Amino acid sequence: MHLDSKDLLALILVDLAVIKQLGLSQWDLLIRQARSAELLGRLYVLLEEQELLSHVPEAALRHLSAGARVTSRHAELISYEVGQIHKVLWQLGIPIIVLKGAAYVISDQPSAAGRMFSDIDILVPKGDLARVEKALARNGWISTHLDDYDQQYYRKWMHELPPLKHARRRTVLDVHHAILPETARLHPSPQKMLATSVAVPGFEDLYTLCPEDMVLHSTTHLFHDGELEHGLRDLVDIDALLCHFSSDTAFWKRIVERASELDLVRPLFYALHYASRILQTPVPQEVIAQVEKIGGPNQLTLNIMDWLFMRGLRPDHISCSDSFTGMARWMLYVRSHYLRMPAHLLIPHLFYKAFITPLNERKAEKLAVERPTIERLLAQAKTGQ
Amino acid sequence: MKVSEYSPEEFIRQVRRDSVLLHIGPFSVRVRSPLEDVAAGIHLHYEDYFVSDQEFADFHVTVEPPRGFRKWFHPQVNFIFDGYTPFKPLPCDQAFAMFEWGLNWCISSFAQDYFLLHAAVVEKNGFAAVLPAPPGAGKSTLCAGLVSRGWRLLSDELTLIPVNEPRQVIPVPRPISLKNASIDVMRDFAPGAVIGPIVRDTTKGTVAHMRAPAESVLRGCETARLKWIVFPQYKPASPTILAPRAKTRSFMEIATQSFNFSILGETGFGILKQVISDCDCCDFIYSDLDEAIATFDSLADGQQDICAA
Repeated sequence: MHLDSKDLLALILVDLAVIKQLGLSQWDLLIRQARSAELLGRLYVLLEEQELLSHVPEAALRHLSAGARVTSRHAELISYEVGQIHKVLWQLGIPIIVLKGAAYVISDQPSAAGRMFSDIDILVPKGDLARVEKALARNGWISTHLDDYDQQYYRKWMHELPPLKHARRRTVLDVHHAILPETARLHPSPQKMLATSVAVPGFEDLYTLCPEDMVLHSTTHLFHDGELEHGLRDLVDIDALLCHFSSDTAFWKRIVERASELDLVRPLFYALHYASRILQTPVPQEVIAQVEKIGGPNQLTLNIMDWLFMRGLRPDHISCSDSFTGMARWMLYVRSHYLRMPAHLLIPHLFYKAFITPLNERKAEKLAVERPTIERLLAQAKTGQ
Repeated sequence: MKVSEYSPEEFIRQVRRDSVLLHIGPFSVRVRSPLEDVAAGIHLHYEDYFVSDQEFADFHVTVEPPRGFRKWFHPQVNFIFDGYTPFKPLPCDQAFAMFEWGLNWCISSFAQDYFLLHAAVVEKNGFAAVLPAPPGAGKSTLCAGLVSRGWRLLSDELTLIPVNEPRQVIPVPRPISLKNASIDVMRDFAPGAVIGPIVRDTTKGTVAHMRAPAESVLRGCETARLKWIVFPQYKPASPTILAPRAKTRSFMEIATQSFNFSILGETGFGILKQVISDCDCCDFIYSDLDEAIATFDSLADGQQDICAA
């Protein structure tokens, strides 16, 4: 069967039954695209739900099931970690809102099934940030960015603390006090999001965002702030969230209102536009038209965005690239930074990152080589070198 | 078609211009490299392996120099897994070794249908002995010695225990990575063995690869039954000592030597529990390779019962 190989994974996600017609060379490509998009486990779960696994050739099935093994373990670990974080912060009486992937797991969303995780994100009131950081540090979550510049950059301009890493379990935790940087073009109010958060059953003082905010956060992350490393995976999240929540027909009306209230209409428009275009998410046409009317881009901007995002949202795999993909990704990267902070802050920052950081890293590397580790010293003593 | 059916020149041309699909144990690896060292290394070490034109490959790997001026000044080489570069580049003379290490990384990162253990594993009479040990303990030397004296090589580096059949070991017989003094030891001990070029100053010291015995490669589809877990340790001038080791301590050690004990979660715990209860576990100290092999032979012949020891 002839399929455009650049969009193979997206085509399969739209219509899973197409896998029945794939030849082995297409399976080879599909597995590679899914792996680079971090969607192997997700694909396995979806095929399992549709009872299509029996149509997957043995050679490919191994990789899908390996992906699913990893993601199901991720979900277990995420639940455990959230429990640990809750234990620490609960004693302080600070409400925690779990965000993104961890929120899907803890509130049992269909979007959690087969998803890969790299970190846990939580949102806390800004005024409690210092107490939260101290309490987490006492329990093993240590700041990873030890460079003075990075520390300052995060604390002054960003909407989160520098990422924390648990000293023993190596899990990474992002503590947010807002969903976008203080310097960003859009200003969704974290207070409003805190006010409508939803309690997670079985926990005290543990919350997720309400359904509309959950979608808006995901769309904002992908279309206003993100670096598109796993753009397709994030779009798959949005697709799953929209499909799930829109079983309540009033959802569409609520999310449009909420987007206006939180100043997030533009990212919502892009999300609806690209989810329906790439993954054929069933978004009612009138909803897209309405969002476009309130705060969509003009036709020229939309054409440019289409040119960029239709490339940037493909898996970052060689088979999904054309001659302009590299340029499109680079422009989207610049765009995300431009939306993050005004030029007079951005340019010095990019300068520092491009020239000073590599210098410091090289210096640190040199020091690390010169300063032998305790293991090496012991080994040398043992062998008498 | 076997690798050996190509002339070296033909094979090198194929790996440089296009790619070849190698069947290594249960895996298929599509490899491409513009570097002659890599193609020549594969032709030398993998001569008994099959290549095919199968369209599906488990791993797509490229070993090539990074772009830029380094081409002329301390040339380097990268291992690329389907567009992703997991490691920092190495000096160019380590290209074939990098292919080997990169392949270890592919298997240990993605083959989650196996309980993956960082250990050598050898077989005799259908039963497998797993040799887990930290680097430098003499695991590869012992393994190379055993397979030069009638034991079958299942792997020098990666023990693959199928998740749904935790009594078996799946072979991935690949070149044995010899380090430092053990290169000369094996040259003396097994003069017939094919040992590739020596590479100095790697992170592991001086390294050379020894080709897997042809018979081990030919029997690469035959699984073996787990029977012994032997923790080897080379100690200069020590007598050969084989002593039972507590199952609890063996369990903990294997858990830390496993690549995916944590990823497999409860399943992994269950598998390890089964493996440890099924196997005889023991510590093994040796300095004389002949004696060491004699001890292993008596294990295989059932003359030495570790549990009774």
